[in-house]
Amino acid sequence: MKKVWAFLKGCFVLLRKGSNFYYAWVTFLLALMAIGTLAYISQLYSGLIITAMRDQVSWGFYISNFTFIVGVAAAAVLLVIPAYVYKWGPIKEIAILGELLAVSAMVMCLLFVTVDLGRPDRFWHLIPKIGILNFPQSLLAWDVVVLNMYLVLNFVIAGYMLYSLYYKREPNMKYVLPLLLFSIPAAISIHTVTAFLYNGLAARPFWNASILAPRFLASAFCSGPAFMILLFQLIRKWTNFEIKDEAIFKIAELIAYAMFVNLFLLGAEVFKEYYSDTAHLAPMKYLYQGLSGHSDLVSYIWTATFFNITAFFLFLIPQTRENFITLNIGSILIFIGVYIEKGMGLVVPGFVPDVLGEFYEYSPTGIELLVTMGIWATGLFVYTMLLRIAIPIMNGDFHVGEDGVHPYIGDQRFLVRRAAMYKKEPEREDLLAQ
Amino acid sequence: MSDKETRDKKIFRLTRRKALKGLAAGLGALAFPGKDASASVWEAFFQKNFRELGKPERDKILARLEKEYSAQFGKAVKVKATPPVEGVLFGYGLDLSRCIGCRRCVYGCVDENNQSREPQIHWIRVLRLEKEKGVDLEHAEHYYNPAKVPEEGYFYMPVQCQQCENPPCTKVCPVQATWKENDGIVVVDYNWCIGCRYCMAACPYGARHFNWKKPGLPAAEMNPDTHYLGNRPRPVGVVEKCTFCIQRTREPEGRYPACVEVCPVGARKFGNFLDPASEIRYAIENKRVFILKEELNTQPKFYYFYFT
Repeated sequence: MKKVWAFLKGCFVLLRKGSNFYYAWVTFLLALMAIGTLAYISQLYSGLIITAMRDQVSWGFYISNFTFIVGVAAAAVLLVIPAYVYKWGPIKEIAILGELLAVSAMVMCLLFVTVDLGRPDRFWHLIPKIGILNFPQSLLAWDVVVLNMYLVLNFVIAGYMLYSLYYKREPNMKYVLPLLLFSIPAAISIHTVTAFLYNGLAARPFWNASILAPRFLASAFCSGPAFMILLFQLIRKWTNFEIKDEAIFKIAELIAYAMFVNLFLLGAEVFKEYYSDTAHLAPMKYLYQGLSGHSDLVSYIWTATFFNITAFFLFLIPQTRENFITLNIGSILIFIGVYIEKGMGLVVPGFVPDVLGEFYEYSPTGIELLVTMGIWATGLFVYTMLLRIAIPIMNGDFHVGEDGVHPYIGDQRFLVRRAAMYKKEPEREDLLAQ
Repeated sequence: MSDKETRDKKIFRLTRRKALKGLAAGLGALAFPGKDASASVWEAFFQKNFRELGKPERDKILARLEKEYSAQFGKAVKVKATPPVEGVLFGYGLDLSRCIGCRRCVYGCVDENNQSREPQIHWIRVLRLEKEKGVDLEHAEHYYNPAKVPEEGYFYMPVQCQQCENPPCTKVCPVQATWKENDGIVVVDYNWCIGCRYCMAACPYGARHFNWKKPGLPAAEMNPDTHYLGNRPRPVGVVEKCTFCIQRTREPEGRYPACVEVCPVGARKFGNFLDPASEIRYAIENKRVFILKEELNTQPKFYYFYFT
């Protein structure tokens, strides 16, 4: 226990150390978080009337973001499988970054659900024993369970590995491997359960299609890894952490397959709705063509479709996949494309037209945008903090010192452009000498 | 899980809850020393789900609410918790051939059930439908506003909570804040609802409404005869819905729901399904009836029929 305490203390010392750029970045995130908090306080003060949600469209931007982020979190599994099932070296080195991303994403998910609650003061009603968790009837109860489980699971796995490395011990794979393997179905479950949450509602034909859960998974395996590709390049550019090109290209290849499945399933859905041409077509028509003069989402969804198809080809062709310019364009296109398709493009048409045929066109208010921005900043802040600890540990720049108590901190700066880093090598040695 | 099992499980919870409550009361006392209001704030905060309350606890809560509401609205407010009557299963019938679309039911309901006036919350939504198209919700007009109703070529269909026997809304609630009572009425515990609005997504009839803002209910218009699960004033951030006027229909003297009373053309019928002599049974057995969205298997206890 004393050792855990010493480790945590070391971590806090480490978090405070960093380059000016690190400080600027963290300050920037904290500022956004503060703005988001203020926006949320004003929402608490006025009630959810300050959002654009109404009885007709009772879920909006928050739940859209939530749904998208669950996908990003689930995608960590795309690193765990090649790393630990196929034991592929280049990805094994970075699997922990995926797990930490899952932790940050889960924090965001829980925040998005919380800010959407009408009575956040009553969240404790969800805690079993103290409150009443309507398990197994309510899919939202399932979601609470699996999301928290996934958060704890990834936190424990990554935390234990880093803790062991800090004390220069080999992690005991006897404990970690079962957890790692369990995190694979757990990742699939968070996304499946989130899909079922919508899927199970017969009142909403747009969601009430069995293809929804597979579509969720396919698009998650696009957006999450695309986000990771961008992040990994930033990480290796700004920190002294090595990420091999082949790991990034392998992830890109996996995205190509996932995007194929995603587009195929989307096509299957579009075919079924349009060809059978029943009353259930209305929401899809609203989304893709506009209906009865209501067409707010049309331009967004076609942008998303165009982005996803373009990105699919960019990732399919080896030449463009292994060229960092086209790779990054593809990643950004996928990220935006899936963000639209799986966010607002999924949630809003479930409510438009509403169950009695009314059209209420929803678009988020400024407060919703600010709160959402604050939560994204919180997610990035959590991820930055986790990386601040994880990267030095994995590089051997942060571990327990000779005395076995005090930490040794080799990486004083963390976020530095890599080219600059090499130039300043002597300075770094000075630091080591101290 | 059967009801019995659920109840048994709850007994275990009570002790835990008591301990927590004690702790909280202690903390509350520390946080707000000598402040009168704090006691009731914390009591409200740690209040249990309505269905888990024993009689003494329940009476205490009702008394607390009566005191609060009476002070707030400046009149003696009654908060009842009358339980379902044995052998009663409420049913509703609406005669589409009579309805003229005057919306008196909409506002009669608002007056009776203490809905928010600002912003307006209506538990009944009257749809104007084209006679040529029939019951086609996609072509329903919600905001018709002619000088005079009924209009040529149209008929009107009021929609409110259908009090489903197989309600999709209660199943999805993550905290069991809404449930179906033994007399068939689907109710919400406004003090337990967390405001996630999953039930609103699940309801195929748009019958659930959310308090997006603190309800604006002028004291003069407040109906002081209330039921805990029905028309008592609601807090911000919770879901509410039609309860077949639970505060009227469950009483021994038994009044009709406000919408039935106010209807100028007698299009609305209400009664006990289990009573073979009731008007509602006659209508269902002898008239052409239909239920809304039958294919969803929600089994509404709200029947539309054509009397003529």
